[in-house]
Amino acid sequence: MSAVTSPAQQSLLRASRWKPWEPVLWLIAFVAPVAVPTHAALINEIAIVALFAMSLDLVLGYTGIVSLGHAAFFGMGAYTAALFAKHVMPDPLVGLAVGIAVSTLLGALCSATILRGSDLTRLMVTLGVGLILLELANKLDWLTGGADGLQGVVIGPLLGSFAFDLDGRTASYYSLVALLVFMLLSRRLVHSPLGATLKAIRDNRLRAMAIGIPVSARLAIVYTVAAGMAGAAGALLAQTTGFASLDLFEFHRSADVMLMLVVGGTGWLYGGVAGAIVFKLMQDTLSAITPQYWTFWLGLFLVVLVLAGRDRIVRPWTWWRKGGAR
Amino acid sequence: MSTSATSAETVLSARGLVMRFGGITATNDVTLDLKKGARHALIGPNGAGKTTLINLLTGVLEPTAGTITLEGRDITQLAPHQRVHRGMVRTFQINQLFDSMTPLETLALVVSQHRGLGAKWWQALGRNKDVAERCERLLEQFHLASVMDQPTRVLAYGKRRLLEIAIALACEPRVLLLDEPVAGVPAGEREELLATVGALPADVSVLLIEHDMDLVFSFATRMTVLVNGTVLTEGSPQEISNDQRVKAVYLGHGDEMQDAGPFAASRAQEDTEAGSHV
Repeated sequence: MSAVTSPAQQSLLRASRWKPWEPVLWLIAFVAPVAVPTHAALINEIAIVALFAMSLDLVLGYTGIVSLGHAAFFGMGAYTAALFAKHVMPDPLVGLAVGIAVSTLLGALCSATILRGSDLTRLMVTLGVGLILLELANKLDWLTGGADGLQGVVIGPLLGSFAFDLDGRTASYYSLVALLVFMLLSRRLVHSPLGATLKAIRDNRLRAMAIGIPVSARLAIVYTVAAGMAGAAGALLAQTTGFASLDLFEFHRSADVMLMLVVGGTGWLYGGVAGAIVFKLMQDTLSAITPQYWTFWLGLFLVVLVLAGRDRIVRPWTWWRKGGAR
Repeated sequence: MSTSATSAETVLSARGLVMRFGGITATNDVTLDLKKGARHALIGPNGAGKTTLINLLTGVLEPTAGTITLEGRDITQLAPHQRVHRGMVRTFQINQLFDSMTPLETLALVVSQHRGLGAKWWQALGRNKDVAERCERLLEQFHLASVMDQPTRVLAYGKRRLLEIAIALACEPRVLLLDEPVAGVPAGEREELLATVGALPADVSVLLIEHDMDLVFSFATRMTVLVNGTVLTEGSPQEISNDQRVKAVYLGHGDEMQDAGPFAASRAQEDTEAGSHV
């Protein structure tokens, strides 16, 4: 690689460099399953929804496409991986690859539906596609098990030697590695010229066209890639729980993942991760205290977060400062 | 000057363009030829259909009737981004920028896209040395180097305007459509912009839409006057400034053309100020 010389190039490349806190975060993540083995299952779940949320961030945060049907790809990846394990072969990595491939294909097909129209149109279209897939999974009960879910999914050991144990340690490492790999790929993507054209489309679609960006083609690419990632998250969940149910396609999955992004912040990849951590930890602690009403506290938290602004909440020292922070 | 321009080949040609919005005819049978290397101005009072015509030429709007050819090829059915690939680029009367990005990122993106790197996802933006160098030259040329790392949304109006033009030139157009490039630019920064526009390579064909008569007459070697969506007349600046119909229609009264300068300039300012609140 040629040496970096000009200030412009230095400034451009600075954006794609690792921040000091990033390796720290990953170190903590990878130590966590050993440090708190009782919560390995929770860590696994957080890693999976973080991946799911990160995939939505590519679409929503980086490209500005509002989607309320992202669970379609999550569910598709999950069912594909579960069916593959049940009927073809139990190897988790091959199953994951097949789950990604099928949901990517579904994403490519569905991308045609989000190219035109306003935000509201897209919201409705994505919602509709999600509902169609939910109902399909319900009706095709000879294949999917319908409302009972897909039972009897047995996943083989990872790399032939690490069995998925009951305490979830293998599962959590499997999902964390997958999350890390997809984070690395996504980092590449968002800091590349392709990523910049996505941001351009988000910021100003008219001008994006006027500088020669093929807007529809780019929207289709990012939607397809995000679908594949969401499918990966779904496949991970199905494999690590050994179960796939209609719940994976449900609307609340799409809504939850958008909530996580709102909590963590859109357009910086780690928003999905942060949102997933906050969301899942809140769910875990609140539902332990008040199993029936934990969503009340979640709702309250959201209202306060959105009204007060995330920046203010994470910076308590600005609370009593006048002006400026608005 | 004007004779050499008329004998040159036509790069952009509109034939019988018609644009109807419901019952309103915004563009009515407009035929326009842009010669290679032309400095061609499109003038006309507010509501004459100048911006509609630009939108038709660049493909933002699809004409009700008529054809557009660019360098001999029919582009009437092409999407806006495809016309950019063919070498025709526009600027906007109201700034159309990428507000969350910095001027540097914006230009790096535009240059990358123009050089066919826009679909690359593996390399970081700016990793390509040629792209970075080109960005640096553009920043220098448009006096944006000092603000290159600030988000575009916080830039002063004059800088935003410069970036608006810089984006178009980063695409290295062969045909450039300038929609009121100095509208709303403070007098001090106006010269900078005019000098840049004037220093464009001679083989770039420019269609300039402008209210500011000083700019039009200092820049254009050929002029087309648009009124109520139709071409009233076309000719050299000399012919246009002596045309009684132009004086009557464009100015609304029989004043000398020279008086239009400050008047038109202040009006353009108002337009843009109104627009900037959108």
